[in-house]
Amino acid sequence: MANVSIIPSGDFKTSYAADTTIFPTKTSRNFAILGVVLLLACPAFLDRYWLSLLIQIGYLGIAALGLNILVGFTGQISIGHSAFFGFGAFASAWLNNSLGVPVALAIPLAGVVTTGVGLIFGVPAARLKGLYLAIATLAAQYILQDFFGRADWFTGGSAGTIAEPLTIFGFAFDTDERYFYVVLVAMVVMYILGTNLMRTRDGRALVAVRDHYLSAEIMGINLTKYRTMSFGISAFYAGIGGALYAHYLQFVSVENFTILFSIQFLGMIIIGGLGSIMGTLMGTAFMVLLPEVMQAATKLVSGTAVDTALNLRENIAFLREMSIGLVIILFLVFEPDGLAHRWKQIKAYWKLYPFSH
Amino acid sequence: MTLLFQLLVNGLIVGALYGVVAMSFVLIYKASRIVNFAQGEFLLIGAWTCWWLLTSWQLPFWIGFPITLVFMLAFGVILQVVVLRPMIGEPIISVIMVTIGLSIVFQAAMKWMFGVFAKPFPQIFAHATMNVFGLQVQTVYVVSLAISLLIMAGFGWFFKYSRLGLAMRATAFDQQVAQSLGISVRQMFAMSWAISAMVSAVAGVTVGVVNGVSSALSFFGIKVFPAVILGGLDSVIGAVVGGLIVGVLENVAHYLDSQWLNWGNMYEIAPFYVLIAILMIKPYGLFGTKDIERV
Repeated sequence: MANVSIIPSGDFKTSYAADTTIFPTKTSRNFAILGVVLLLACPAFLDRYWLSLLIQIGYLGIAALGLNILVGFTGQISIGHSAFFGFGAFASAWLNNSLGVPVALAIPLAGVVTTGVGLIFGVPAARLKGLYLAIATLAAQYILQDFFGRADWFTGGSAGTIAEPLTIFGFAFDTDERYFYVVLVAMVVMYILGTNLMRTRDGRALVAVRDHYLSAEIMGINLTKYRTMSFGISAFYAGIGGALYAHYLQFVSVENFTILFSIQFLGMIIIGGLGSIMGTLMGTAFMVLLPEVMQAATKLVSGTAVDTALNLRENIAFLREMSIGLVIILFLVFEPDGLAHRWKQIKAYWKLYPFSH
Repeated sequence: MTLLFQLLVNGLIVGALYGVVAMSFVLIYKASRIVNFAQGEFLLIGAWTCWWLLTSWQLPFWIGFPITLVFMLAFGVILQVVVLRPMIGEPIISVIMVTIGLSIVFQAAMKWMFGVFAKPFPQIFAHATMNVFGLQVQTVYVVSLAISLLIMAGFGWFFKYSRLGLAMRATAFDQQVAQSLGISVRQMFAMSWAISAMVSAVAGVTVGVVNGVSSALSFFGIKVFPAVILGGLDSVIGAVVGGLIVGVLENVAHYLDSQWLNWGNMYEIAPFYVLIAILMIKPYGLFGTKDIERV
């Protein structure tokens, strides 16, 4: 594996603060700011369809970051993330509909409530690891899914529940153009929070738990505390993402939060790169755009022999499902470090060009 | 009371099938330390293959079924060699995700090829039901119970007396020592997948004959988790016992639910509550090896 973090010679870090900055160089910071500015301008020239995709990337990216903190940074496996995502969606809608909490407050509150649920599941999870944890979270997924179907007061049962659009001072964010900014702001805030978390003492403790939990414990890191905490954080992100999803679609249905959705979340972070914050975003974008690419590909071959042989138009749903599984397998076999790693290598290649060897 | 008794019998029959699937799951775990989330899809693929041979090719059952088994044997080997072998030595999360990915791919592929609706098997037995101790039981159920017991006995013989079975046990016990004694660990891995796929296919065909073949079959692969956790992840006997307990438990939960609680859906969900409870109290299950860590 090529050395991926390439720093110009003579660039010595003299303090921990300098070593743990978010942006290692000025250029990288400027590019990040430029990216956000470009995104701000998006609603002006992108059509509805692309905006809706970007919004999807936004809220799913937030939830996926939570999962990456749990799986990629703390090394705890969770196959029940979509249940927390769904819980956040229902919690926000319920807080608004039943308790009259304004939506702008209900979204963060939903995050807090979901954190509570995450902690409840995190307490048993803190005692388990590896396979056992994966199986326990699988059970949690089914139990929560069952709860959604059962709790009519909370989720509206099989009929689903309606979520009011977000309104701030009488200004309703009810179109894609407007809601885009809400998601963008939330995403930037959550990603900065996530990045900063990883620079703190707690964040380093999480990484230590992942790398070698016995050594971490010997160094005085409270394993139970950090494992539970990581579940809580992950649930918080999932809750916020879910709440944003609820008020974007303005309708939440019980059937959406299946195991397949959970696996999609896992796929996002694996494709993006476990333990990489920007990778999470890349992976989410990949996962959201994948069905679109499949759609375009089927359109391309429509009418040809392949199309008639496989009956693509009717089976597009299965094709999508298959593609999710396939990309996960292919990435794990051929690019286990994800897109973030590939991106770093591309950057390194251009930095060293033409002397890359 | 008759209802409860009937449910208990049903539970034992279904539980025996769970036991069989759990056993094949444990087989893979013991040999290669891989938790196979695609176990349910083995049932699915086996059942669909057999169904396809029996309906499209109009083969009689006694020809179609062995062909299915041979196919599953080859399928298991190919799967292990192509997909799972590169994953040796990768972290747990990657291995788990690969099997999850496989399960998605197979499930979607099966839906694509055979549709989403349950399709019945052609009639195999002349008499649909038979009388056992005054209870009307479907013949296929009795036969499925017999098949399950047969497989279990077969497993017992295989691991106790056959050369291959002993080699597999040695591999599971210590790979390096096994290798030094001339056992090909790679072959053992492939064999464990092949046998597991084959045995699962038998279970899949059995369930398919009873309920018709549909993607619901793959839920067996999920139901296997409560069973193996209860019995202990690396214990074949535990898998059988766990399977039986889960099968009975489901039906008892269903009975309690329909009689008094009226919560609904307990049949599906009760094993998962039990699963969490066991993980809390006794994570290594009834017969599993306790994993003691010393620093």
